[in-house]
Amino acid sequence: MKETRDPSQIRVVVGMSGGVDSSVAAYLLKQQGYEVIGIFMKNWDDTDENGVCTATEDYDDVIKVCNQIGIPYYAVNFEKQYWDKVFTYFLEEYKAGRTPNPDVMCNKEIKFKAFLEHAMDLGADYLATGHYAQVDRSGDGEVKMLRGIDNNKDQTYFLNQLSQEQLSHVMFPIGHIEKKEVRKIAEEAGLATAKKKDSTGICFIGERNFKEFLSQFLPAQPGKMETMDGVVMGQHDGLMYYTLGQRHGLGIGGDGEPWFVLGKDLERNVLLVGQGFNNDSLFSTSLTAVKMSYTSTKKLPGKFSCTAKFRYRQTDTPVEVEILEDGRTHITFAEPVRAITPGQAVVLYDGEECIGGGTIDEVFKNNEKLTYVG
Amino acid sequence: MNSYIYLDHAASSPMNDKVIDAMTTAMQQVYGNASSIHGIGREARKYLDNARDILAQSIGAQPGEIIITSGGTEADNTAIFSTVYARAAEGKHIITTQIEHHAVLHTCEKLERDGFDVTYLPVDENGHVSVEDVRNALREDTILVTIMYGNNEVGTIQPIAEIGDLLREHKAIFHTDAVQAYGLESINVTDLHVDLLSVSAHKINGPKGIGFLYQKAGTPFTSYALGGAHEKKRRAGTENVPAVIGFATAVQIANELREEKRALYNRFKQIMLDVFTKENLAFHMNGDLENTLPHVINVSFSGMEVESFLVNLDMAGICVSSGSACTAGSIDPSHVLVAMFGQEAEELRNSIRFSFGQGLTEADVQHAAEKTAAIVKRLAKK
Repeated sequence: MKETRDPSQIRVVVGMSGGVDSSVAAYLLKQQGYEVIGIFMKNWDDTDENGVCTATEDYDDVIKVCNQIGIPYYAVNFEKQYWDKVFTYFLEEYKAGRTPNPDVMCNKEIKFKAFLEHAMDLGADYLATGHYAQVDRSGDGEVKMLRGIDNNKDQTYFLNQLSQEQLSHVMFPIGHIEKKEVRKIAEEAGLATAKKKDSTGICFIGERNFKEFLSQFLPAQPGKMETMDGVVMGQHDGLMYYTLGQRHGLGIGGDGEPWFVLGKDLERNVLLVGQGFNNDSLFSTSLTAVKMSYTSTKKLPGKFSCTAKFRYRQTDTPVEVEILEDGRTHITFAEPVRAITPGQAVVLYDGEECIGGGTIDEVFKNNEKLTYVG
Repeated sequence: MNSYIYLDHAASSPMNDKVIDAMTTAMQQVYGNASSIHGIGREARKYLDNARDILAQSIGAQPGEIIITSGGTEADNTAIFSTVYARAAEGKHIITTQIEHHAVLHTCEKLERDGFDVTYLPVDENGHVSVEDVRNALREDTILVTIMYGNNEVGTIQPIAEIGDLLREHKAIFHTDAVQAYGLESINVTDLHVDLLSVSAHKINGPKGIGFLYQKAGTPFTSYALGGAHEKKRRAGTENVPAVIGFATAVQIANELREEKRALYNRFKQIMLDVFTKENLAFHMNGDLENTLPHVINVSFSGMEVESFLVNLDMAGICVSSGSACTAGSIDPSHVLVAMFGQEAEELRNSIRFSFGQGLTEADVQHAAEKTAAIVKRLAKK
């Protein structure tokens, strides 16, 4: 719906992480005259043996920035919900041999569900975040989610599960700005986070070693590394530590092209490897997706064409989408795509609009299911 | 700043104008070091001694029994550490309760790590410790009993005099944290039979960063702030004379107004409860109206979640607390409510503490209660 009220009549809760993006999001909304409230969300307790917790440091930054902008700030805790809805899923997926995407789940279940409800409880009209995406309210009917202007930063991939109901309450105040410009705005406004390093990796793992982190929760079962023809090439540390198309960490030397992960044989606990970035076994031509969600409530045709991303920051591939009778969705690529990974998101676009997405379940090459990809 | 109704006087309180005047004058004129031998130093010493007399009289103690500290936390820490280390050869057992302030609890937990044995007594549903439990917990090697006077979260007053009486026959040192009770309760250390008692200035409209520990003459003591000979070698460091003067002024005012304030705050409690009842809220008081501090009332509202509750109250201009410490979004459920109701109780998630103090009017309290009721009606999940 179009917004016709004066900004001063509109209360916006901004989810603030202590980073530069959400700082600038809050700053811009305040400049535009909205009633802005900054809220820090704590989803994970990473207190170390010295009692140091990055959340405390991040919250200190939120406090500084909010005081600079002149808005009230609060904190809210979703550790329990995060554990139940995101982390449990994350571990289950790894156990099942897939590669989960906890950021997609976090947006769906925490940021734009539990946190959105919290914002609504505070009488907010909108929830804003520092995501690089845009909400188009120019139409008279439904709102649309568009890619962020900064192609390199566009985060719609992670937001693909948002529903029309969720989107109607959401603002992305920096989606129309390039990252460079966001930093510049922060610097010009003198915000405390202007020069703060961007966070990388999955939020609960942060800068830590992924293997070490995962091994605290899932027992690792080392096994053999084999070629597709069954030649043993070495040992792996546990299948969950590897993802399709990965090159590093295999420790296979020798002549010829570098080695890559091609797949996993869960039953035999074998990691399948092969040579060459463009190894033929890494390519597929279609997939089936589950848990498809669309931003529009309008009924889609059973078959349609659009473009798709199968991982973050990938360029789009033209695809044909067919909604199957059993509720699954079959997506066929215009040309073969490398390293399609079960558990990851497939996200659909119509031009600049992100129309939805789902979870990659099965992968096919010329209608033959690739059983080795997980 | 928006106009706020401040109902968090148990967290900290505004300074009284007379306190500010006394401190301002002291900061302008009394700048000497009270330990110096010259005229300017003697002037500071005179003020310090005068203030110390007022502090001592307020609890029926002698001036030499007052150790000035940086506040309640330091007084609690000092009371516990210096006692147990002075008495460590005689025993390793400490008795306290599950509902102490963290200044006491965390100190006891550290001592446990250092090899002491600590008994944390339970409380009943209203937050009361039983004298019988204290008696049963006492051992030959008990060297310290530390039990708070009035609870900061729910207001419950403990039977300090009875426990003190019980301990007269035992060698254990008896400490009470009176930070929240001091000022509104009439306290006499002789009647209470306590050896150590902690007080803070900023809870009674005095300055922050100053408090005292009463130490009964002859109580074994090991000093751990070492340096000069201040406070009879019990706490080194140049005295903050202006703050002590402000503290003493606040004490005098509190003594003069005690009965008036007690009556007023009890009325405030009734106003709040009446509004909540009239608005048909599903609520109950945590603790009871007997043996409780007049300025603290803790209320559980069914169906509320404390995080959004507190923010909504703040946005409505009402300043209150919940028992949970909320730093960077981490929720530690109130240990006091856990002790009263158990680990799984809904009270841990839906309770709010209102606390009264200087400057509040009946109209303020009525207004705050009505706003609270409106928020509960809007948000309470059935």
